[in-house]
Amino acid sequence: MTTAPLDKTMPPKAKLSHTTVYWIGFCVVMAVLIVAPLVLPVFWAKFLTEILIWGLLAMSSDLLIGYTGMISFGHSAFFGLGMYGAAGALLHTSPPNLWLAIVYGLAGAAGAALFVAYFSTRLRDIYFAITTLIFSQIFYVIIFTWTAVTGGENGLIFTRPHFSIPFLYDVRFTTTTMHWFVLALVAGSYLLLRRITRSPFGMVLQSIRENEARTRAIGYPVQRYKIVSVMLSGLFAGLAGVLYAVQNEFAAPDFVFFVTSGDTVIFNVMGGIGTLVGPIVGAGFFQLLRELLSRVFGDQFPYLIPLGVVFIVMIIFLPQGLLGFARRWLNR
Amino acid sequence: MSAAADISTEPLVRVEDVHTYYGKSHILHGVSLHVGPGEVVGLLGRNGVGKSTTLKTIMGLVQPSHGTVMLDGNAISGLPPHKLAGLGIGYVPEDRRIFRLLTVMENLRVGFDRGGVTEEKRRALLDKAFMYFPRLAERRNQAGGTLSGGEQQMLAIARAMMLEPKIILLDEPTEGLMPRMVSQIRQIIEVLHKEGVAILLVEQNVPLTLEVSQRIYIMEKGSVRHHCAASEIKVDDPVIKQYLGV
Amino acid sequence: MEAVSQFIQNIPLDLLLIQTVNGIVTGMILALVASGLTLIFGIMDVVNFAHGELFMMGAYLGVLVMATTGSFWLALIIATLMIAILGAALQILTLRPLIGRDPLNTILVTFGLSLILQNFALWEYGPVPRKLPEPITAHFNLFYLQYPWYRIVIAALSAAIIGGFWLYLKYGKFGIWIRATTQDRVMAQAMGIPVPWVYTGVFALGAAMAAASGVLFGPLGSINHTMGLDWVLKAFIVVVVGGMGNLGGSIAAAIFISLLEAYASIWVSPAQAVIVSFIVLILTLLFRPTGLFVATPK
Repeated sequence: MTTAPLDKTMPPKAKLSHTTVYWIGFCVVMAVLIVAPLVLPVFWAKFLTEILIWGLLAMSSDLLIGYTGMISFGHSAFFGLGMYGAAGALLHTSPPNLWLAIVYGLAGAAGAALFVAYFSTRLRDIYFAITTLIFSQIFYVIIFTWTAVTGGENGLIFTRPHFSIPFLYDVRFTTTTMHWFVLALVAGSYLLLRRITRSPFGMVLQSIRENEARTRAIGYPVQRYKIVSVMLSGLFAGLAGVLYAVQNEFAAPDFVFFVTSGDTVIFNVMGGIGTLVGPIVGAGFFQLLRELLSRVFGDQFPYLIPLGVVFIVMIIFLPQGLLGFARRWLNR
Repeated sequence: MSAAADISTEPLVRVEDVHTYYGKSHILHGVSLHVGPGEVVGLLGRNGVGKSTTLKTIMGLVQPSHGTVMLDGNAISGLPPHKLAGLGIGYVPEDRRIFRLLTVMENLRVGFDRGGVTEEKRRALLDKAFMYFPRLAERRNQAGGTLSGGEQQMLAIARAMMLEPKIILLDEPTEGLMPRMVSQIRQIIEVLHKEGVAILLVEQNVPLTLEVSQRIYIMEKGSVRHHCAASEIKVDDPVIKQYLGV
Repeated sequence: MEAVSQFIQNIPLDLLLIQTVNGIVTGMILALVASGLTLIFGIMDVVNFAHGELFMMGAYLGVLVMATTGSFWLALIIATLMIAILGAALQILTLRPLIGRDPLNTILVTFGLSLILQNFALWEYGPVPRKLPEPITAHFNLFYLQYPWYRIVIAALSAAIIGGFWLYLKYGKFGIWIRATTQDRVMAQAMGIPVPWVYTGVFALGAAMAAASGVLFGPLGSINHTMGLDWVLKAFIVVVVGGMGNLGGSIAAAIFISLLEAYASIWVSPAQAVIVSFIVLILTLLFRPTGLFVATPK
């Protein structure tokens, strides 16, 4: 009827834009996660909180694996140092201060990340993965044997700090409020990481992943970008360690052992690398599967055998992981 | 132009309507040709028209997206190259690609170290190689990478001969060689022809090709444009100028 | 100077001597493990995370065979063969589909395999460590000390196996195929070499070397399902320090690191002695990243 040219006003029944759909989805997920501890039994509420913490760890690793193209087996070190850093703060200040714990933990993780980054980023791909593994084991040995400071084999036990804003507010954490606190930090980290991956810095990282030689040839100081990437990754991993310590009130060398790094990589691959959200899903999937298997087959069941098979099958046939199909969409 | 010799017998190698892509580039646009048993067939054309790609497709190094390649009447597209070598196709690529860190001897060994080859046969093959290429005999324990360009070309051909192939795919054997070596190549092609080995010869050297081949194809932009007996065409033919002229 | 000479005088010479021999023995075993790893990496571009677990499975199989037959030598042969077959099967099932893909995928897959094998061993054999009895109980006199013969034999065997593989690689038909494939995979195929099977063979060979090391190590320490990780870690260090793909370098590095660790354990606990290898790695990465034992840094 009318031949008016397209102008800027949207026709009434417009299709929802990508951004809108994305944020609606985000809000829905957040709403579910906020309500969850109110309706779930305590065990499952805590289970969910832990999934979020492992998800944060996995997400931090995704920055390296999914966006910079560097597989790291060193995250157990960052996680562990975050954990022990927090433990240090909580044991040596009275009353134990939550914010100090976070600061100490992040500092510890950053230190470890800098150390690892400095050496490992000199090497490409495969050697990088190997050296991060070796370095994480170095930290393990140090923590395991330096009993005086770290409690050695037995780790450290401490009490959970209160949530306190100086002079304003001081309240203990309940399971629910702890969950909300963790959720807030994890969601915040997610948004921050998302911002980072979509920034010019993030674009360079992805360019390194696609073709490192070309990125270097264009003139970018690739190694410096890699170091920053490792450090950012380490910081968020350290935060996960702090949250774990606060949630569970102990720090143990087991978490600094290679297995944690290995699990992290599994979460990433299963969930879908390069999606940020995928690793969280992967963490959840893994934990749920493990819980399920141990309930059905008993505690002694070597759940890692079928999980390992699933993992390998996924790499061969579904290399993008569970959420990989949505990777483009999530990153737009 | 009139068609080639009568093909009432199934040709040794038949390529039919083959399309090949490198990624998104459409290199071969429906190439069809055939080589009879013991025939020397030339494949001429400018750089980049798809001659090497045709050889690679026959050798299974690239997969055609469409069309068939037949050996002795059996479809072979899809078979891995090492099987094709076993079925009797020898390949001498454009840049020779001998194993530079292996000795001359070891390069040849790769060819005759096959299942079902007796010790005597191995020795016979080796002797034949050294007979036809005495320079290689002199250098038998030298690393391939230390040989001159011409010697490497000899080695590449000798190595393929160790497979006792029914057909050898020769990709620009005279490229970068001195005239003396070029005539050596001609001699070798004639010897192979006499032994009944078919040859599909890709070349830029038109006179040589016309001398040794029974038939020739001319390619341009990924398909065969001309096909005739070698005797029916001369070096200065307008067709040659059209497709191969500068 | 006083303090230094005091220190030197206080070093127990006999302990030093024993540790030197011990270091060499462990070093040879480590060299065998690292050689297998280097072989697989150098030829197939696969970082075999499961290498330590193949070592471990070799050791366990050795225990089983020895328990049924009473012969250490049979244990060595059978365990090596069976793990070679296992290695071939694993390569065909899980690594062949990945040929042509980003090599980082192989790290992930072999990591997955290591998880499966480790937990299988735990499930099948339990958490209690096993021991392989010594094959030869005679001792000989090392100066004024008694030193067991079997350790020397083990070191000699490791060296022999490495030597044997090296010779086979240089002169055997399969060795030529491997070298041709490494230099030019495409032409190797065009020359009739069945490249996919070459890769399977190489992996099986590497697995065999790992398994043999496991059996050889058996009498020297305890066998449990987590031993693989320690060894593969050290093997990785050896490979980096020795220079990737450099067989001679790996052997030298293996012995060097083992000697240092053996000496270190005179003063500190074995758990802490491993720090020595870490330090060597760090120093290598700092000053000679292409490898300590590589002639000229590239």
